[in-house]
Parts: sequence; structure tokens; C-alpha cells
Amino acid sequence: MTTRIVELRRGILKKNDELAAGLRGRYGAAGVLVLNLVSSPGTGKTAFLEFTLRELRAKGAKVAALVGDLETDNDARRLAASGAPVRQINTHGICHLDAEMIDKHLAGWEGVALADLEYLFIENVGNLVCPSSYDLGEKIRVALLSVTEGEDKPLKYPTLFNSADAAVITKIDIAEPCGFDRELALKNINEIRPGIRIFETSAKTGVGMEEWLGYLAEARADVGVR
Amino acid sequence: MHELSIAASIVDAVTESAAAYPGARVKEVRLRVGALASVVEDSLQFCWGITIEGTPLEGSKLVVNILPVIMHCDACGKDGELKGLQSFRCPHCDAPCSDLRQGRELEIDSIEIDEVENAV
Repeated sequence: MTTRIVELRRGILKKNDELAAGLRGRYGAAGVLVLNLVSSPGTGKTAFLEFTLRELRAKGAKVAALVGDLETDNDARRLAASGAPVRQINTHGICHLDAEMIDKHLAGWEGVALADLEYLFIENVGNLVCPSSYDLGEKIRVALLSVTEGEDKPLKYPTLFNSADAAVITKIDIAEPCGFDRELALKNINEIRPGIRIFETSAKTGVGMEEWLGYLAEARADVGVR
Repeated sequence: MHELSIAASIVDAVTESAAAYPGARVKEVRLRVGALASVVEDSLQFCWGITIEGTPLEGSKLVVNILPVIMHCDACGKDGELKGLQSFRCPHCDAPCSDLRQGRELEIDSIEIDEVENAV
């Protein structure tokens, strides 16, 4: 019997990372801007996305959304009211979306082809921990935080906020009654992810949404036209 | 929360790699895990015990080496290790840093195996 050390140097999530790299290549080739929306449950991802889909469609943009939840297709039905193609992904207990789920749901999506889209939104499962480890091939990871959650959320969940490309503060219309300390929230986000673009929004009043839509249009132009 | 799926991914990967050494017994699996990898060691160890049951890795030990977060500072040009995860600032000059050089690793570094002599 001999004892031997075998060097593996292999990524634990290699399978996910490889699939995500493949997806990223396909998104790029199709010229579609893909965003991964991550937040706690109840931050208002769905309301924010409803507004975004509706406005983008009103501007004539070709948009679609994949939405992840443990159970129910409630969010997909809400989002579909915007007129955009929406597909629900039920993870049945899994706390995050992974690249394989995205790949599978893109493949069997009747009437939707990547090449026909300009924007694809992926609404992740409400969770601020696990989604940070799973690359979905997205160009932009958006971390959302509502004014009801506490200004220190970025400090409590640094792994997620540090991996984000943009941050969105939601429900800004009720900031005052919630005693939301705006300066502190902005400072905390910047401590974890210095220089990140931050949008202060309300899906109810539309505040901050024009700026967000402008950012999307710029980012989409960067993806390149096929 | 996702430590169970991480444990399952490790078992799959190690089982696949260990197949190159027929009859060998895996004694230890060593990981490199960045402090920003969202993995809780206690939780992973707990899941490890459950996941390896009935697999070729049963009885193996999981060793988790946590790697600190290292940032490169554009302001002073130095690399530095973050003291905590509440502030991404250069430990040398206190400038905000966004250039991460280490801390998101989630890798199997190596495995220790007992090889059977004269194995075919």
C-alpha cells in the first residue's frame, strides 16, 4: 500500500462554469444583453422587472424573461402581463438558479430564440447567498435592495454585493416612512463594491427608471449588433 | 445553504479523478476556498459526512483551506489582504479597491489516496 498525493486543481463548480461560458458565447453571438437579478425574497424584483419589461416593450425592444422560484408560476404570470415572453423555472427546493437550468429552459422555449432577442432578464431565486456562486453567463449581475431591508444589507452579504455589476435600491417611494438612511446605504454599497452604478428606483411611481433604462440601452449597445 | 450541492459536486469530481487509480482508497480531499466563495465550512463538513456515505469516498476526510481576499490597489499599486469583508479598501493606503486577485476560489486542490500494490 502506498500513499500518494494527487494534484487535481479543479474547480468544484467546473461543470457550471463551463456551461456558463458556453451560454455567454451564445448570448454574445446572438447580440442579446443578459442580466441576472439577485436579491432577498420580497425586495421587489418582480415589480421592478414588470416595469422594466413594460417600458422596454413600449420602446419597441425585443425582451424576454426567465424567472426562478422554488414553487409556483405566480411571478411568470405577473410578468407575462407585460406582453413579453416569460418562462418560469421551478427549482423545487434548490436555492439558486444554475447554468444547466438556464440552458434547459432556453432550449425548450417555444417561440423564443436568442437570436430574436435584444434583452433577456433572469430573475433569480430570492436569496442573497447561493446565487453568487453560480455563473449564468450573464453580462450584468444586478443586486437589488429595498428601503425596508436595512442599510447594512450589503455589509451582511458582501459576497453577493461584491460580485454585482450594478445595484438597484427599490421602493424608494416609501423611503421616508421607513426611516431609510439613503447616505448610509450608498456608503455601505460603495464599501463593498467601490464605484458600482447605483439606481434608486420605485416601480410604483417610476422614479429612477428612466436612468435605469438608459443604462440598459447603453449596455445593450456594448454587446454589439449582430 | 447550497453546501449539499457543493459536496455532491466534489464527490462526483473526485470519484471521476480517482478512477485513474483502480482500487485506491481516498483518504483525504483538500480544498482551496476563497473567503468570498459563500461556503460555510461547518455546513460543508456536515454535508460531506452525508454525501460520501455509500460512495467510494466513504470514510475520507475533507480539509478546507480558506484563502483570504487579496485586492490589487490601483491607487498605490500594491496587493493587500483584506482584514474583513465589511470594507473593500486597500490595507496600505485605504483607497477603495475593486480589483479582486484572490478570494472567490472554490477548488479541489488535491486528494490523498492509498494505492493498492500491483493494481492493474
